[in-house]
Amino acid sequence: MAEPTIDARVSPLAHLEERMRAATVTGARGVTLTEWPFVTMVNLRVAPASEAADRIEKSLGAPLPRECGHTTTSGPHTIAWLGPDEWLVLSQADATAVATELREALGGAPGSVVDVSANRTTLELSGPAARQVLEKGCPLDLHPRSFAPGKAVSTTVGPVAVLLWQADDTPTYRLFPRSSFADYLARWLIDAMSEYRGPEVP
Amino acid sequence: MLLISCPWCGPRDETEYHYGGQAHVPYPETPAHLTDEQWAEYVFYRDNPKGPFAERWMHSTGCRRWFNVLRDTVTNELLASYRLDEPRPELPQAGGNR
Repeated sequence: MAEPTIDARVSPLAHLEERMRAATVTGARGVTLTEWPFVTMVNLRVAPASEAADRIEKSLGAPLPRECGHTTTSGPHTIAWLGPDEWLVLSQADATAVATELREALGGAPGSVVDVSANRTTLELSGPAARQVLEKGCPLDLHPRSFAPGKAVSTTVGPVAVLLWQADDTPTYRLFPRSSFADYLARWLIDAMSEYRGPEVP
Repeated sequence: MLLISCPWCGPRDETEYHYGGQAHVPYPETPAHLTDEQWAEYVFYRDNPKGPFAERWMHSTGCRRWFNVLRDTVTNELLASYRLDEPRPELPQAGGNR
């Protein structure tokens, strides 16, 4: 067992933590913004109709979603569809362990398993007004008739490309922007949230 | 704003895509034997039809896959979108002069 090392990582939005907390709106039009730093993310590419894909599904304990927008969950892992042969495995488990496990399951088959945990950060936008905040800059139809908990779609919010995942009915959305765009996106969201502090303009 | 249908992700706004120019431009079979004029033809010269035009698009903020679209250059109407391994669809309204 190695000696425990000091965790010196700084999340891409550590400097905005106070600002995000101060932007919280409570009440019927409430909305909160928080960062979940250091979520394990592993990018997976493999032919969907191959034995390697079967081995990976067995190893993860969940099928790889085959359609745009779909996610599957198993224990600490959630698998989001990124493309017809590309997935993002989001996990609460250790990044090295998940990547090693998947790499073993892939074996020598064509494909790749890459630990991309540092590529994106996670923003959680939650509250009754969360959908209205996103609708200011997201071209997707986020109405419950077409977007629901468990769906995750790559799209844009404002000018920033994100993976947008709805976690529950509150509604709670998790946005995964690239780390270098996270600062801009967080400020954009803080600005978009500020209107809900006041009474609704008829 | 165009509403482009990605073969994998379904209809999305034009802002999610990148344009890739004319589709079905084959790479020369014997590039070493081409004259400068023929190279220029392959590299720079593209059709500019009035009517249905097959062009490449890439869903850059979505699934990041290239695919082909048939677009009417007169009405800007999207007639079909299809994967790279699919042949160009035959359209009843294609061809003819406008």
